[in-house]
Amino acid sequence: MEKKAGFAKPEALTDALTHYCPGCTHGIIHRLIAEVIDELGIREITIGIAPVGCAVLAYNYFNLDFAEAAHGRAPAMATGLKRVQPDKVVFTYQGDGDLAAIGTAEIVHAASRGENITTIFINNAIYGMTGGQMAPTTLPGQVTTSTPFGRDVKLAGHPLRVAELIATTSGAAYVVRRMVTKPATIASAKKAIKLAFQAQRAELGFSLVEILSSCPTNWGLSPLEALEWVEENMASYYPLGDYKVIDEVKSLK
Amino acid sequence: MAKILMKGNEAIAEAAIRAGCEAYFGYPITPQTELLEYMSRRMVELGRVFLQAESELSAINMVYGAACAGARVMTSTSSPGFSLMQEGISYIVCSEVPAVVINVMRGGPGLGNIQPSQGDYFQMTKGGGHGDYNVIVLAPATLQEAIDLTILAFDLADKYRSVATIIADGMIGQIMEPVELPEIEPPKRPEQPWALTGAKGREKNIITSLYLGGPNLEKVNLRLQETLEEIKANEVRYAEYMLEGAEIVVVAYGTAGRIAQTVVQEAREEGIPAGLFRPITMFPFPYDRLDEVAKSVEHLLVFELNAGQMLEDVRLATRDRLPIHFYGKMGGVVPSPAEVLAQIKKIASPQQGER
Repeated sequence: MEKKAGFAKPEALTDALTHYCPGCTHGIIHRLIAEVIDELGIREITIGIAPVGCAVLAYNYFNLDFAEAAHGRAPAMATGLKRVQPDKVVFTYQGDGDLAAIGTAEIVHAASRGENITTIFINNAIYGMTGGQMAPTTLPGQVTTSTPFGRDVKLAGHPLRVAELIATTSGAAYVVRRMVTKPATIASAKKAIKLAFQAQRAELGFSLVEILSSCPTNWGLSPLEALEWVEENMASYYPLGDYKVIDEVKSLK
Repeated sequence: MAKILMKGNEAIAEAAIRAGCEAYFGYPITPQTELLEYMSRRMVELGRVFLQAESELSAINMVYGAACAGARVMTSTSSPGFSLMQEGISYIVCSEVPAVVINVMRGGPGLGNIQPSQGDYFQMTKGGGHGDYNVIVLAPATLQEAIDLTILAFDLADKYRSVATIIADGMIGQIMEPVELPEIEPPKRPEQPWALTGAKGREKNIITSLYLGGPNLEKVNLRLQETLEEIKANEVRYAEYMLEGAEIVVVAYGTAGRIAQTVVQEAREEGIPAGLFRPITMFPFPYDRLDEVAKSVEHLLVFELNAGQMLEDVRLATRDRLPIHFYGKMGGVVPSPAEVLAQIKKIASPQQGER
């Protein structure tokens, strides 16, 4: 029954035409979030916060109250929104440049405070919107427009593993990494997103779902090749898994 | 109502609480830290939101978030922290949500020092962050005025859906004075159909400062400028002291304005026809009134705790039609009334010689 219903457009999505590139996985993840919001019946109490980056226009696609944050500051903005209306569901949708470079302080401290918000973190190992520069998550040796000879970790530093980092904070309740490359991984990602929102509803603290995503345009690969690249190259550096699941979240399952 | 003795930073904090401030986000920095400390106790006692942020960047973006929800919200900081908040203030102004920011200025540039200064005048009155905008800037010269202007700041922020600031300095923040705290009814705030409260029974609300495509942003720019014109038309405030028969008028604000009042009084006692024009709103600046005042006087003496920032607005107001003298002290140095009086005497002496 649920599968059949899944083919209808979720109420939490609008009819807006997408601006995302062909083969980009943002669309899949938007859809998963919207399905979860519908299933939990929280559309009318949920407020989203869009980042700076490819998802800057996410508010056009979600049929929800939405704010657009300054680059990296979404977790701070979410904190303000949530603290003055704790009965609402507040989530940020952030890419790797936004969350893991310019906004590192904001995400670490929101997690550390146990801010009762949810973050959906899109890791595609590159800056998409500005045209393919090195991200904090760019893999060693990966060629980008600002690492034309491949990322040399001696010069450009090492990629940051966000889920592992956030899992060390005491305020985090639920921190996992997933990918959206084929039906099985997509279903697993959806379950994680749902649990993250449920954790917030149960007031258990900070939740983050990191999702390995593809960027065919800036990687210079076809959509299918890009999904293979996620599985072959990204998932080995960024292992999928549950990095922190507190007991109260486990009992939500 | 009985007067009580309060420290400036605490008086501003209590005024904000009485104005119905629902949420405060801040970061410790001298000389405004007592404001944050006061809020950390009182806001929690009252069941309101207090949060010490990890930086001024985060504090202003927490303010932005709470403002988007329609809460009465404020932050406070001092000069280096105010610099860090410029990004957020620019976003808040473009998003047209109300917020209050207190800047208890200290010496700069750089880390500077923690002494009183008015070095942030340009930053506060001319925009401060990126893009075309101004914020409302209120300059208290006494603690009573700091209280009254803080309460006013919340109402102005609401009325114009913009950022209202208090331009205070370390002196206002740190001194103690007897003050009267008004009992205020719960604030009557404008409706907020734009607030992000969940799209229940209505279309979704979006709060953004992104307007792709030239004409789209231009429309917002023009609306913001219209609001600024309204603010200029409605909100100009200033104080005048001993202007009758004055030939030398000191133009000063905040702590400098307070010192200048003593100086003018002393000058008068010595037979020098001095007066004081003290702008209270630094934005909107009282250009027209100052121009009018300047028509019947011989000299203006601009006195600031900086290298001459408001000086430019005084020259703009008067188009340099009369001699404009400047006396300024930087580095957190606050001159005594005698030092400022000496400046007035320097201007007055040829005239006195004629008499």
